[in-house]
Amino acid sequence: MIRVSIPSQLIAYTDGATRVEADGATVAAVLDDLDRRFPGLKFRVIDEQDRIRRHMRIFVGQDEARRVDVPVRNGGEVLIFGALSGG
Amino acid sequence: MSDAIRLLVGTRKGAWTLESDAARASWRVEGPLFLGQIINHFVRDPRDARTLLMAASTGHLGPTILRSTDDGKTWAEASRPPAFPKGDPHGRSVDHSFWLEPGHPDEPGVWWAGVSPPALFRSADGGDTWESVEGLNLHPKAMDWFPPEGGTPDGAILNQVIIDPRDARHMYLATCSAGVLETTDQGATWRPLNQNVRCDFFPDPYPEYGQDSHFVALAPTDPDRLWQQNHCGIYRLDRPGERWERIGEAMPKEVGDIGFTIVPHARDRDTAWVWPMDGTEVWPRVSPGGRPAAYRTRDGGASWERQDKGFPAVQGWFTVKRQAFCADARDPMGLYIGTTGGEVWMTGDEGGNWRQICAHLPEIYSVTATPA
Repeated sequence: MIRVSIPSQLIAYTDGATRVEADGATVAAVLDDLDRRFPGLKFRVIDEQDRIRRHMRIFVGQDEARRVDVPVRNGGEVLIFGALSGG
Repeated sequence: MSDAIRLLVGTRKGAWTLESDAARASWRVEGPLFLGQIINHFVRDPRDARTLLMAASTGHLGPTILRSTDDGKTWAEASRPPAFPKGDPHGRSVDHSFWLEPGHPDEPGVWWAGVSPPALFRSADGGDTWESVEGLNLHPKAMDWFPPEGGTPDGAILNQVIIDPRDARHMYLATCSAGVLETTDQGATWRPLNQNVRCDFFPDPYPEYGQDSHFVALAPTDPDRLWQQNHCGIYRLDRPGERWERIGEAMPKEVGDIGFTIVPHARDRDTAWVWPMDGTEVWPRVSPGGRPAAYRTRDGGASWERQDKGFPAVQGWFTVKRQAFCADARDPMGLYIGTTGGEVWMTGDEGGNWRQICAHLPEIYSVTATPA
């Protein structure tokens, strides 16, 4: 089980929850699991070529994940943030 | 069908609706819908009068399509928004959807979407799931027509889909880097249609493609008449002709013929309206001289008349983006503009008198008019 932090930009998908749980051995797998329960969420964070969108940031624990194949250990934490975006 | 009109307004910060009484005299503003989402286009399906689609994105999140099948009472997100196939040979991903076009009346449920980077998508289920139109998106010329570095300040766009009302297979596209493209087999094959359309920004000012076609409209009563507002002038083309004529040469020199959009008359093939903007020097893209006005031709572009009654006579610097000038089909027609300053203006007498019907919205990107 992975603990996932959801940013305000995505709580419309999670019924307002800012902390949810998911399963998966990589960032991609965690997002796939979230997308099964919260349809549409993944595509707004990751594009169709599996790139993290320009104004979104994902951390595994304290380390920023710049790719979705970064491993996530069971019991760990994934934090999704809306990064700086102007105006 | 009611005489009342509903305007669907897409802005940089959400969507609003304006609904009139039968006389189009009073207007009720409702919203916001999806506050904070960038709504590039907000369109109702004229075939069923209950399906509404919005092209949406935000500063942070990826793009999506928002969808109502009960005329706006409830909304849901498309279950598969426009997206390139994984492993696209050009590595493309959809940045935002820009234009939403209901399909031909013979094809209920079909919708088309133009996106950035320039590409075409089709839905066969009322906008719930979308497929890449590979005849265009994987065309051998795709990277020549749509170079990655080309296009407008907000990214290159396939900015418009136009369908011949007589033939669902016959379509035009307006694009910011290949000008107008035409298909007669509903998207399997395409060719440029840009003869005599100028490119001030190329060494060869009349190339086969490369033009920035801001907006194309077919005359409703004569779909062989095409009106075009281009980055480099106003043009008209009568098919089966191939050569556009620059009818903007007849505009006043101090105003010029640069703008984003052109609106044809619902019943008169010789009448159309444009909204000029300042395309001089560094391209301020504001109302020329700070004096907002529409211009109307009633003779196919041979001459133009200024229509500014009601607008500020001085210090009016707003402009009108390419999806934010539209008309209803009543007689006399109503014309509507949404401004970069968040105002909606209308005329109920085909441009004779304009009045503001809403203010203080965010920057307006699109306005579409539909019977209420």
